[in-house]
Amino acid sequence: MRSKGIAIPYVVWMAIFVVVPLILVVVYAFTNRSGGFTLENFASMSQYASVFGRSFLLAFVATVVCILLGYPMAYFLARERGRLRQMATMLIMLPMWMNFLLRTYSWVFLLERNGFFNTLLETIGLPKLDIIDTQGAVVLGMVYNFLPFMVLPIFSVIEKMDHRLIEAAQDLGANSAEVFRRVIFPLSLPGVLSGVTMVFIPSVSTFVISRLLGGGKSLLLGDLIEMQFLGSAYNPHLGSAISLVMMVIVLVSMGIMNRFGEGEGEAVVL
Amino acid sequence: MAKELIRLQDLCMAFDDEPVLDNLNLYINDKEFLTLLGPSGCGKTTTLRIIGGFTTPTSGDVLFDGVRINDVPPYKRQINTVFQKYALFPHLNVFENVAFGLRLKKVPDAEIKERVMEMLEVVSLKGFENRKPDALSGGQQQRVAIARALVNRPKVLLLDEPLGALDLKLRKDMQMELKRIQQQVGITFIYVTHDQEEALTMSDTIVVMDKGSIQQIGTPEDIYNEPKNAFVADFIGESNIIDGIMVRDKVVKMYGREFPCLDGGFAENEPVDVVIRPEDIDIVPVEQGQLVGTVTGVTFKGMQYDIIVDFRGFKWLIQTTDHSPVGARIGVKIDPDGFHIMKKSQYSGMFGDYSSYSEEYDELSDVEALDEEEAQEDREEGYEE
Ligand SMILES: Nc1ncnc2c1ncn2[C@@H]1O[C@H](COP(=O)(O)OP(=O)(O)OP(=O)(O)O)[C@@H](O)[C@H]1O
Ligand SMILES: [Mg+2]
Repeated sequence: MRSKGIAIPYVVWMAIFVVVPLILVVVYAFTNRSGGFTLENFASMSQYASVFGRSFLLAFVATVVCILLGYPMAYFLARERGRLRQMATMLIMLPMWMNFLLRTYSWVFLLERNGFFNTLLETIGLPKLDIIDTQGAVVLGMVYNFLPFMVLPIFSVIEKMDHRLIEAAQDLGANSAEVFRRVIFPLSLPGVLSGVTMVFIPSVSTFVISRLLGGGKSLLLGDLIEMQFLGSAYNPHLGSAISLVMMVIVLVSMGIMNRFGEGEGEAVVL
Repeated sequence: MAKELIRLQDLCMAFDDEPVLDNLNLYINDKEFLTLLGPSGCGKTTTLRIIGGFTTPTSGDVLFDGVRINDVPPYKRQINTVFQKYALFPHLNVFENVAFGLRLKKVPDAEIKERVMEMLEVVSLKGFENRKPDALSGGQQQRVAIARALVNRPKVLLLDEPLGALDLKLRKDMQMELKRIQQQVGITFIYVTHDQEEALTMSDTIVVMDKGSIQQIGTPEDIYNEPKNAFVADFIGESNIIDGIMVRDKVVKMYGREFPCLDGGFAENEPVDVVIRPEDIDIVPVEQGQLVGTVTGVTFKGMQYDIIVDFRGFKWLIQTTDHSPVGARIGVKIDPDGFHIMKKSQYSGMFGDYSSYSEEYDELSDVEALDEEEAQEDREEGYEE
């Protein structure tokens, strides 16, 4: 009984800040400017198919890169002891203490036509590169911003892994590569799943990164939605419809992924 | 003729300069059931881990079939381990857990299936192939762990307190089961336990350890009947250990009285520890008694009464089927073969008095565990002096 009483404030909080906005999104998505029911918002969305495609593709690529970079990072960190590990953890966490906008801007400065990298290339006599305002730069921004969210859950899963399981595998004849393939990796999959969730979702909906590093050339879903609410194309109804569709696609893909990884245990969202 | 399989030579182990194993020398025969027995923290697991290859000794050698294997990694040793907490792979079902070692050796699928099923049969777990370890009881997990190790047909199986988590009944069953499996597959078992009864029931050879060194090696009968020092006598079964003097061969003096015994080979008038097992003492009328004492406690134990008798301030434990009331004056008689004489050792005077037992026997639970703990503390204190 008591525990229910304690839960009440949280339930109220969730209702106000999660459920109400969600209902508003749904209501807006199914109405037009005069407030009547309509499906037109969804029908008119087909013209933005390429934006959907690009958003999911870039988020997917960023997620894959995050796994490829983040997994080894997490693995070696988790197996490392002492000072080196503390320092490396600090370095991974450090950017997260900085403002999101600020650290993305810093990449603009680094990648610009006359920015840090190109100046560097020039001084050593190499031709300048066009990095900024490409989809590559957008992916780079996503990876840079969201990599810690991949590293941390994998790190914590590997770190908590029972060392005796590794010894048991060795005992049964597994060398270190086989120990990794047959025990450590499968047991770390829940961490990877959490990491994927936590990288993919913000990547798919980001608008700052594409705006700053993509130069507005590669319009993403986040930009599109933002435009409907604050920008030139003001149409919150269409914006809500796009949000809703995006949300459904994300939920479905996460659901499929979790089902896929079910045998390895549920994903732990930190 | 038994063939030597493993030899531990001058083995020392220290963690952060804290000595844990002190100059261990031990050889283990092929097809032998050898038990490392000793109190918690005496270095049993460490010894086993050194044999398994998970820990490198600070100094000394491990020989396998005459070859030094100190630097051979665990996965290359013909040794498999049943770990203290089983360590089953949670992401694999029972079948795949057992098949793990065979898959690594690239054994053909058909043969894997055959051998795994055969092994599950041996440990009576047929029908559990598809369960995940967390859907098994402790006893079942333990049997999976045994099957997982045995299916690889190792030359040696290391078992680290595999029955520790089981209830008494299951423990007894599994003891018989393990012994049967060992005889059936015909390989060496090195078994770790701190339960003396388990050690006595199952082993061909028992190695009694304390504080990182071996106290005695012998058959269960040897260890029980001829303990080398007060520690062994106390750790294996119940013992009254009394200060005595070996007057000459076959005559020992306690309480100022001479008793005939069967032991010999001591110096004349050498101070000794005299061990008398509680079941070797007969209660007789006072006038016929070799010694006379007062009963200070009686506990009914089902098979027998545990009687605490005060002989001039030193309390003995006597196990008998006859009831004697508290306060009664009784005589006792001990046959010559009831005495076991030991040389004095560092453990003399630390064990074998049942004063604390008589005070605590009312608290039925864990009396023995308490006693053991106290004895352990006493021992530690004794060491520091
Ligand atoms: N990795 C380690 N680092 C430091 N000390 C250790 C380590 N492993 C064991 N020890 C110490 O070595 C001693 C012997 O430990 P060990 O695990 O061999 O005891 P044990 O006889 O198996 O005891 P138990 O019956 O409780 O399992 C203990 O004092 C323990 O604290
Ligand atoms: Mg142990």
